[in-house]
Amino acid sequence: MLSPGRTHLRSHRGVNALIPLLLLAAFSLAPLVYANHAVIFQMMAFMVLAQGVNLLYGFTGYLPFGYVGFFGIGAYGMGIGIELFHLPGLAALLVGALFAVVVALILSPLLRLSGAYFAISSLAASEVLYNIVANPALTHITNGPYGESLVQSYHPLTSYVAMVVLLVLTTVLVIVIKNTPFGRALLAIREDPVSAEMAGIAVVRTRTTVWILSALIGGLTGAIFGWHLSVFYPSTVFDLSISILAIVFTLFGGGGTAIGPILGSVVLYGLYNAIGISAPQYFELIYGLLIVLLVLFLPGGVVSLLQRRGSYVP
Amino acid sequence: MLEYSIVAGILFGVFFGFMALGLNLIFGVMQVVNLAHGDFVVLGGYLAVIAYSAGHINPVVSLVGAFVLFFLIAFALYFPVIPRLTRSKDPEMLSLILFFGLSQIIEALDVIGFGNNPRSLPLAIMGAAPWHFLGQSYQMAWVITAIVSLVMIGATYLFLYYTRIGYAARAIMGSREEAAASGLPVAQTSAIIFGVGIGLAAMAGVLSPFMIGSIDPSTGLGLTTIAFAIVVIGSLGNPLGSVLGGLVYGVSVMLMQTYFSSWSDLVPYLLLLIIVLAKPSGLLGKGVRNA
Repeated sequence: MLSPGRTHLRSHRGVNALIPLLLLAAFSLAPLVYANHAVIFQMMAFMVLAQGVNLLYGFTGYLPFGYVGFFGIGAYGMGIGIELFHLPGLAALLVGALFAVVVALILSPLLRLSGAYFAISSLAASEVLYNIVANPALTHITNGPYGESLVQSYHPLTSYVAMVVLLVLTTVLVIVIKNTPFGRALLAIREDPVSAEMAGIAVVRTRTTVWILSALIGGLTGAIFGWHLSVFYPSTVFDLSISILAIVFTLFGGGGTAIGPILGSVVLYGLYNAIGISAPQYFELIYGLLIVLLVLFLPGGVVSLLQRRGSYVP
Repeated sequence: MLEYSIVAGILFGVFFGFMALGLNLIFGVMQVVNLAHGDFVVLGGYLAVIAYSAGHINPVVSLVGAFVLFFLIAFALYFPVIPRLTRSKDPEMLSLILFFGLSQIIEALDVIGFGNNPRSLPLAIMGAAPWHFLGQSYQMAWVITAIVSLVMIGATYLFLYYTRIGYAARAIMGSREEAAASGLPVAQTSAIIFGVGIGLAAMAGVLSPFMIGSIDPSTGLGLTTIAFAIVVIGSLGNPLGSVLGGLVYGVSVMLMQTYFSSWSDLVPYLLLLIIVLAKPSGLLGKGVRNA
């Protein structure tokens, strides 16, 4: 971790380039092989969300329990873009992204808090967003608790492709950040903000940048998700279990790496599909136990098994 | 209406202050945010509902049973989990995640054991006649809950200020290292406080069906957030701080419900955000902000 990143990137360029290419190939071909496209689409969505959580938690140590707030506001930005501004789908995506970035800027003072204070305050912030969006007083803008219907812009294929593109771009972004000075600045902030500041790292600017990037990823995921779903309610897109799953996937695979969240999403989302839909309480029990066991015995996630042996983990 | 909101706000506030008390103690002594706090409250509520429906046991009796049972459970839970956490690289964050996992486990077990339907207790158990005060009438169950809450907050205060374990607990709140260096039994005291904190949560849970209407497995996380807000508003480690925080919370919620009812769900979250952003160190003391 201490060796210069540029040589890291060069010596492991092959492995690093392989990951986004594999994702691109897998998710371009998957619909031809597996008929349940909704499952594939949601797996991608969770992979992107897990990478967004990873960018924040894995690199800076800020645990965003309220990450779903960006997802929900992105979906509603999409809805408002289509319903109020009558924009075409791809342009409305940008409205969703813009909403998420604006919310992130408004909430950026939360980064002054550390540890549990940040985690719980971000949860509170996402509940505030949910209550505002779902409020009957805003029915003329968000349709309040009655949900959005975007059926006139329903494009399952375009929205699927958009999610594949977002997944690949996000993965590339995480790999690039991990292997550049910016990523090492983030890790330094995670370890000790005061020392990082003294070493000449602009702590506030760096962490705000990564916070906005992470919000942008969450917002775009929400926007594409809402577009693909085309009918959704505040309670679907602000569902706290979306944050929870994204966090658990990241923890399981291992934060601070590009492969960890992907691994976590594939394994645990697969498990969720096998048992979570018919009996969600048993799935909840399993991942609750998994979290406890991970924290006690494997706090670095599955990839830390490889890291411990000294292997390079992309 | 104004008098009603304020008096009901005080009754609710005292209860919520009591509900947050256990979180406050554990947070103060162990620097651990028990994210499963609300789920222990809900478990206490299930205990009261089942004791009443299966054995016609009055909730006032269940209070004692809940405290003893959950004290023992938490005391047993302490030793395999907390020392391992405090030795790890990042105890604060890891404990947050661990208790979050515990909260998911309890929630799942609640669904498996009691189902998803909301459960409640009839308010009439605590006396059908309402309490009249300043021309308004209030549920007798609310008044009794508030009185029990006050008694328990007082008892916790006496425990912390007039017993040897209480002295040790306050010393550890001040500085864990110095307490250990002076030869205080840090581990045993922490284990007892952990038990007391969760026991108090379950006790508050026994009364919770009267105050929050009904409980279901997903009630827990919301209660944890409310409790956290109350702990942050009041001061850390001082039971009287919890009362202050509870009163601020209770009266604000009641006023919002009276005058802007559709926005009243926002109150705990907004209060929390305002406090942590505007005056985190002022109300809490140390170590909240870093840059």
